[in-house]
Amino acid sequence: MELTRRDALAALAGAGILGGSGAAALARDGFSENEDHGEGDTPGESDAPSERDAPETDSDADRGETERTVVEGLVVTARAVYPGAVENTGAFVETYAGTKLDSRPEFRDGAVDTLDGLDAEARITFDARFGELGPTAADTVLRRVGADTAEPDPGGTTAERVRYYFVNEVLYALYTSPTGGKLVGIENPQGHPGGTDSYRRGPDR
Amino acid sequence: MSADGPDSGIETATATPDRTPSRKVDVCVVGAGPAGALLANRLADRGQDVLVLEAGPRFDRSDRRERMERAIRPAHGPHSVWDMGGERDAYTSSGEWFYPLNVTRVKGVGGSTLHWQGMVMRLHESDFERHTRDGVGADWPIDYADLKPYYAEAERALGVAGASDNPFAPPRDDPHPMPAFPPSYSDSVFAEACEAAEIAMHTVPNARNSEPRDGRSECVGYGTCQPVCPSGAKYSADYTVEAAESKGVRVLDRVPVQRLETTDGGDRVGAAVYATPDGTEHRQEARQFVLAAGGVEIPRLLLLSRSVDHPDGLANSSGAVGRYFMEHLFAGTGGRLDRPTRQNHVGFVTSESHQFYDNEFDGVGPIKLEFLNYAGPSPVEQALTADEWGDDLLDTLRDSYGRHLAMGGLVGQLPRADNRITLDPSTTDDHGNPVPEVQWSLDDRTKRTLATANDLQARVFEELDAEVEWTVGPENTGPAYHHMGTTRMGEDPDESVVDARLRTHDVSNLTIASSSVFVTSGAMNPTLTIAALALKAADHVDADL
Repeated sequence: MELTRRDALAALAGAGILGGSGAAALARDGFSENEDHGEGDTPGESDAPSERDAPETDSDADRGETERTVVEGLVVTARAVYPGAVENTGAFVETYAGTKLDSRPEFRDGAVDTLDGLDAEARITFDARFGELGPTAADTVLRRVGADTAEPDPGGTTAERVRYYFVNEVLYALYTSPTGGKLVGIENPQGHPGGTDSYRRGPDR
Repeated sequence: MSADGPDSGIETATATPDRTPSRKVDVCVVGAGPAGALLANRLADRGQDVLVLEAGPRFDRSDRRERMERAIRPAHGPHSVWDMGGERDAYTSSGEWFYPLNVTRVKGVGGSTLHWQGMVMRLHESDFERHTRDGVGADWPIDYADLKPYYAEAERALGVAGASDNPFAPPRDDPHPMPAFPPSYSDSVFAEACEAAEIAMHTVPNARNSEPRDGRSECVGYGTCQPVCPSGAKYSADYTVEAAESKGVRVLDRVPVQRLETTDGGDRVGAAVYATPDGTEHRQEARQFVLAAGGVEIPRLLLLSRSVDHPDGLANSSGAVGRYFMEHLFAGTGGRLDRPTRQNHVGFVTSESHQFYDNEFDGVGPIKLEFLNYAGPSPVEQALTADEWGDDLLDTLRDSYGRHLAMGGLVGQLPRADNRITLDPSTTDDHGNPVPEVQWSLDDRTKRTLATANDLQARVFEELDAEVEWTVGPENTGPAYHHMGTTRMGEDPDESVVDARLRTHDVSNLTIASSSVFVTSGAMNPTLTIAALALKAADHVDADL
């Protein structure tokens, strides 16, 4: 099932980032980039976020680079934890996460710190940065840090922070989106403003 | 208790609002929840100068979706959604049952309507005559007819979506301001079983826009009504506060009132002493004072205001301040069917049964039955707490979602003097004041009523041929977050705190607008009655000015 720009906008709205159509406020529109450059859903190939506008200062450049590595890590996480039936993961997460990191500096800083832990484990196990891993290797790293069983906590241990900033972040984006809901069987999942028609519909309509 | 503290309303030196007292004020209102907001707004309509003192912050409406995310994601506890907890909100729970005070209320402009469900039913005639009819509790000094016009005004003020299809509801003259939300698909699943079980279903009045109204959106189905509505479709009192402010009402946030000072030998309140965020105390004088801070903080403030003239607490010559604390208790049954039930699309209820409200059961109080639209886990919430991901998680979500069904219900407690709010001098808040102590227990009649509600629910589930997975009843019930009875209304000054005009018996310029004046609890969600009483109180205060 294909994730769309509408899913990304819905997930951003659900996270309080965008109101209304909000497309103009996107920090990064992965879908446009895919339209331009094509979508590759094979880890390690074309899933790295594309270049954005050139930063104006060194600190902007550093920040832009930092955000790119975090988005890259979120895309890799999504490819590991999303169901196999999901398509367009890269564009969806880039659009969602790029804008969220721009809008929530506190969240961005927490994710940056947490990525260090993922990179450290990835280097030990696979001699690579986390953002360079394919889904199977990323799954291994996420489990090795304990994110599969940890309680999410933005101020907790590495496992708890990975669960919060990476695993739950991309799961929240997916399962509050219309496509994520439909995967489960609900057109209007909690957190998505899908209107007041679907609750009246029976299973056959 | 949560370690979370109030973190809203952080102000820079240049942006600090003026929190000094007003020079000329007709009415000083304590609390900017629904009662304080509606009363202030009405008094402004009558040309009175009104000042509202609110202990909590003014929340930025633009961050409600972020609050919704905090409500859904498991890393953020329930206190975090509206920044409750910490030293400001410290309390003690004693008595037979633990009382989780800080998840039951919100401090801020809008009060607990910021997190409420938005169910707005009128009390029945019987609720005002419980002692006469059943020989238990007490009678109110007013009856349904006295409150009926105010109920209609309250429905217009809140914006209620409802229909006149409830044969058990008390009489009404006008239709609801907006059409009701139509029944859900799962309501239709229940309907067949309820017919066989001889239980009548009908629509539910909701303080939630079924169409655009008052500049607010219609419901768009975020599904998180309780504890936060990001669209603004659900009524919350901050909208009424805005309306009042546009008419000249002054509202100060983050100014908890520390005590009320009296004059004239204790016959009148002269000033409300409040503290600003930097700890400075100010005195606000006014001709009339109205307490609208809910069923816990109102008795606490009266007890904190004891003086030589009022040694047991202000307006407490009866000893009833803080006593007769009542809650509604939840009765529920849930399970699974062998067919889809389509749950969790919206976060509100569209069908109920009030058939057993005025029942003939022996020694049993009113029962309200609800047919829930959010049975079983929400897929996103389940995903965020799962120990698996990928295809395994999706398989689990698909298996969990879609066949759940649940009924809820409300049952009211009888007023008992030993259920009470007192001061706990061993613990103090951020201003050094003793915190509220909640002493709470359940009586046998309430437990019998809960058991009867469970029996009715079991009848429906039997007809559904459903597998019952859980029951909440007399042994494991919990509160519905409705604080009632702690400054009860009555004709006798020896047994009650306020009179039928909602003015305290002991202090001539002090009025109370709150569910704290309820004499009995009924089994209906209390906010519509709170709103009606607030509008009635406004009329009386206006007449006294």
